[in-house]
Formats: sequence, structure tokens, C-alpha cells
Amino acid sequence: MAITRINRIDAVFDKLEEENRTALMPYLMAGYPDVETSLELLVAVAKAGADLIEFGVPYSDPLADGPTIQAAGEVALRNGVNTDTVFTLVRRARESVDTPVVVMTYYNTIYRYGLERFAQKAAESGVDGVIAPDLPPEEAAPWADAASKYGVATVMLVAPTSTDKRIERISELSKGFVYCVSLTGVTGARANLPSNLTDFIYRVRALTDKPLAVGFGISEPEQAKEVSEIADGVIIGSALVGLIGKAGGDCVEAARAYMSRIREAIDT
Amino acid sequence: MQRLFPDERGHFDEFGGQFVPETLMTALEELVEAYEKYRDDPAFQDELAFYQREYISRPTGLYFAKKLTEHYGRAKIYLKREDLCHTGSHKLNNTIGQALLAKRMGKKRIIAETGAGQHGVASATAAALFGLECEVYMGEEDTRRQSLNVFRMNLLGSDVIPVTSGTKTLKDAMNEAIRDWVTNVETTYYLLGSVGGPHPYPMMVRDFQTIIGRETKEQIEKAEGRAPDFIIACVGGGSNAMGIFYPFIGTETRLIGVEPAGHGLESGQHGAPLSKGAKGILHGSLSYLLQDEYGQVLPAHSISAGLDYPGVGPEHSYLKDNTLAEYVSVTDDEALEAFRLLSQTEGILPALESSHAVAYIDKMIASTTKDDIIVVNLSGRGDKDVQVVAAALGVNL
Ligand SMILES: Cc1ncc(COP(=O)(O)O)c(C=O)c1O
Repeated sequence: MAITRINRIDAVFDKLEEENRTALMPYLMAGYPDVETSLELLVAVAKAGADLIEFGVPYSDPLADGPTIQAAGEVALRNGVNTDTVFTLVRRARESVDTPVVVMTYYNTIYRYGLERFAQKAAESGVDGVIAPDLPPEEAAPWADAASKYGVATVMLVAPTSTDKRIERISELSKGFVYCVSLTGVTGARANLPSNLTDFIYRVRALTDKPLAVGFGISEPEQAKEVSEIADGVIIGSALVGLIGKAGGDCVEAARAYMSRIREAIDT
Repeated sequence: MQRLFPDERGHFDEFGGQFVPETLMTALEELVEAYEKYRDDPAFQDELAFYQREYISRPTGLYFAKKLTEHYGRAKIYLKREDLCHTGSHKLNNTIGQALLAKRMGKKRIIAETGAGQHGVASATAAALFGLECEVYMGEEDTRRQSLNVFRMNLLGSDVIPVTSGTKTLKDAMNEAIRDWVTNVETTYYLLGSVGGPHPYPMMVRDFQTIIGRETKEQIEKAEGRAPDFIIACVGGGSNAMGIFYPFIGTETRLIGVEPAGHGLESGQHGAPLSKGAKGILHGSLSYLLQDEYGQVLPAHSISAGLDYPGVGPEHSYLKDNTLAEYVSVTDDEALEAFRLLSQTEGILPALESSHAVAYIDKMIASTTKDDIIVVNLSGRGDKDVQVVAAALGVNL
């Protein structure tokens, strides 16, 4: 059972590689704008062509996040969302969705929950992987061990400031794919892609065979298209979360429409 | 005694470490390297010693508080006068050290977080002195509580950026400073103000503050011919306490850290993670932390902005778990009473932070005799707190 789970992420990247397509990987904040709607959104983006969904656990001190995701997290926390809520939502989504789900969470939520318990609960709920943006490889071993025991992938991040040596080590540890942080900064939509992005991705590419997903700052279909030409996955976070906030009651439809536009841009 | 901690990765046993976004890891490696290089470099140490002596005005006195001692009629009470440091607190010991390091690393811009504003002022001061650009993140709530310090920072040529996220206090100022650092890591030096944060900060800030303990050791030896029986210091992030404790760790001297109990430890409104917290990660290191069962960090409360923080430096957690130091707490009201007592017995207005350390004398003095010696670290002066104290006493200024 454990092994099938790792394979849900691997299978997606294998299949896309065969089809010569790039993965579309939207980020949603669990419990935003409210608990039930976040579940509807998860199902909707899956049906609109997402290849993998990142599901954020709201946190009191999200120091890798910009204003958009910070604000969404504050709303989710006010909505009473906690780690168990997130697991329950994924479990419910699994009734209709087979898309891989990777939970994005700050390490303290894992640590406090208990590493083994978190890994087990994640696996039971149908979570395929976990990304902890404040857990560098130096500190990752205890969690990575617990996660692999339950077949949950530990996805690690590399940044433009990472040395080659670090990129090699991180890629080796990372399961499923390597999360390439496109820029030096926090999450948030940007008008332009960083000018050195291509060089950075090529540098990582030369150091690992694992699929590379690029995130932070991507919002426009043209940007997604550009990234899809050098990467195996395009992560869309703040732009989607921001749009959900603005759309209010129409957010599910708005998210679906936006996902379709991005999907189309990267597939052509 | 030279201690072994932390290990190469900044661990004090299970505490400490480096829990930060990957973007910062290379910068932390560079900082570790630079610090390792200069901590043993005679030229750096000479320059640091020069500024400590001529600029900060060290050594600070170890003052025998005769009237306070007579007031209680028990142990002899000494005050380590960090309030007499330039800018009014121990914080400058750290900022001068780190600013010298930043300069040697070729950084032109520093950023800092501040609660009471004392670390902000100390950072702004060091920046002015060494010609560095400086921006200070400060919770909006604190900019109100400590408006005088905001203006002081401006006068010193620094920008203060009010932080409106989360609880709008020190914790969120620190989040925002880290976000700035993630964004500007290549040009910017993050001048962290206490013994928290990712490695090497807990070690480095401790080292820069250890001069307090080294001087104390010499001064008490000279005055009394022996080490004190008790050392009492307040604990916010824990830098003044770590600084005075460090040379005495593992000796006969009892080391007592005083956390803010706010409205009372049972009220849930306090800043006492060592007394009431659980192990967790905040701002890059593992330590005791005020948090709920899901790891969401809980807001702290203290009348003293400099102690209003839900976390604590990792080495204190290590000292606690290994019973190398004791941690106790004092409420807002008790601190206020100590503020008044010290002002009226000794003519010294202590910072509200330091008032917590002074207040603990009242709780432990009955167990001492005339032969005992207590040293209290008077980490800062209270001028900055006059408005807060007036408000608490219902006085309209
Ligand atoms: C005078 C004074 N004492 C103590 C503190 C608390 O910090 P630490 O525990 O790091 O000494 C502060 C913080 O602003 C302060 O201004």
C-alpha cells in the first residue's frame, strides 16, 4: 500500500513525460475561503486538469509566504481549520478525485502532531506527499524516515541561492519531484519571471534526474507557458488564492476557468 | 570552562538547529564561516574591545545596592548595571559585535526586528556608527507602546517598518524581518536581537553578551572574594540572561531566569514558554514554545514589550532540561511593584523587562541569609517605560 502512494506522484510525472506535457500544480489553502468551499475547489481544479494539487495547512507564522497566502491562512485559522481538518478534507476529496495531493505545511505542525502520527494520518487520508518549506535537508532526516515508513513522499525545495552541492544533496533526498523556488523571496504573484530562471533550472537539471517543478511568482498563462518549456511542473499558488478571494461566491467557477486557461497555455 | 555546545549544526542536544527556507541556508553557512573566522581573529577582537570600552562604556559597574539590601535585611544584593550601557540596555553589546561582522562580510544594509525598541535602537545606533543602511521591523502594537523609541530610531537615521500581520508584536516583526531577508539575502545582513533564531545566532549572540558574565565574575571576585550564590536575570529571548549565566554554568552559583507571567501563568496571558510551553519550532530553532495542540503559535502577553514573545532561545531550553538553570516567573503587577521599589530605594528606574528580575528578589529573599550574595542583571533602564508605567498606575501624563 505504501508503495502505491509514492507511485501516485511518480506515475503522473512518468505519464506526462511520455506525453511530453508539463504538470499543472495548483496550490489551495485548506479551509479558505471556508472549509466546504475549499473541498469543492480541490475537486474542481482536479477536474479542470490539475495534475497534482498542493493543499496548504494554515499556520500562525508562515514566514515563507507573502501577503496573499498569509491572509488566506488567517481566514482559514479563523474558520477553525487545524491539521485534522486538512486530513479529513483530503479523505473526503479521495471519494471523487485520484489526483496526487501534496500537503504544504510548516514543520512545527508536523513536529507538534508527532512525526509518526502525522505520516500515518497523512497516508490513511490519501495524502501522497508533504512539503515543509522551513525544513532544510540538515534537519529533515527524522521526518523523512517517518514519512517513508508510511509511503508519504517528502518533497524538498531548492532555491537560486543553493550551491550545487546543496542542490545535489537535496535532490537526492527529495521524493516525487524537486520543488524549485523560482526566486529569492516569499510566495506571491509577480509581474515578471526572474531573469535568471532558465539558468537556474538548467543548473538544477544538470545535477538531478528527478522531475523539476517550479513555483513562486507564476500567475499569467504566458508565464506558465514559459516555465513549462523548461520545467516538468508549473506551480500556481498566490495567483489562484488571490483570485479565489476576489471572486467571492463565484470562486469555484472562477478557479475552474483560470485553471483551464493555464492548462491550455501550457499544453499548446 | 569552555563548553562544547552547540554542535556544528547549532544543536544543544535536541534544541536549536536551522529550520529556515532553503533560500537562507547558504547565507547561514556563510555567516557561520565568517563568524568562525573572526571570533578568533585578534584584529576583530581588538576592534570589538575598543568599541566595548570607548563607545558602549564597558565595563559596566557591579553596584552593591545597599539600601535595597537593607530593605530586605537578608542576602547582599548587587546590580549588574547594563542600564548604563550606551543606549540604555545590554542590546548594544550584541549589535556592535554583529555590525562589525556585517561590515567585514561586505554587507551594506542591515535589518532587525524589535519589540520594546531597545534592540531596534541598538541596531540603528550601530548602523549609524558604521555607516550601514538600517531598517527595523516593529509590530504596530509596539510602535504605539514604545513611540519614543520609534522616534529615536528615526533620529538615528533608520527606518521603522510597522508590522500589521498576526499579533502585531515582536513575533510578527521577526517573521517580517525573515521575509525581508529571504528576499534580499544577497545584500542584507540580518541583525537578530536575542539568542533565538537559526544557528549561528543563538551561539553568536550569546558570545557577544557573555562579556556581562565575564565582567561580573571578575567584579564579584574583587568585591567579595567569591562567586555569587544566585544570579537572577529576566528572560525574553534570553540574551541578557545567557550573557550573565554563561561563565557560571555548571558552577555552584544558582542561575535563575525570570519569565513574564503577565496576568498570571494560569490566565493563559503570559510570555513564559519555559514554564508553560511545549517543544516546538519558531523562527528557525527548536525550543520551548507557547503553542496549541496543533502547533499554532499562541500570542504572548507581558506589560513589558521586550518580554512579550512566545518563544525563547534554545540554549535556555537545554539549561532547563538539564537543570543547569531554574526558570521562574513574575506577573505584570509584581514587576510594576519592583519598578517602584528600585526607583525609590536606589534612585534607579529599571526597564520593565529588568523589573521582572528585580521582582523575583522579593519571592526568594526569605530563603537567603546575610551571608548570601545575589547578583541581579539590570538589563536596561526604565526611561522608555515611563508612559507604560503611568498608564498602568492610572496616571495621566
Ligand atoms: C532592557 C531589556 N531587557 C531584556 C530584554 C529581553 O531580551 P533578552 O531576553 O534577549 O535579554 C529586552 C528586550 O527588548 C530589553 O530591552
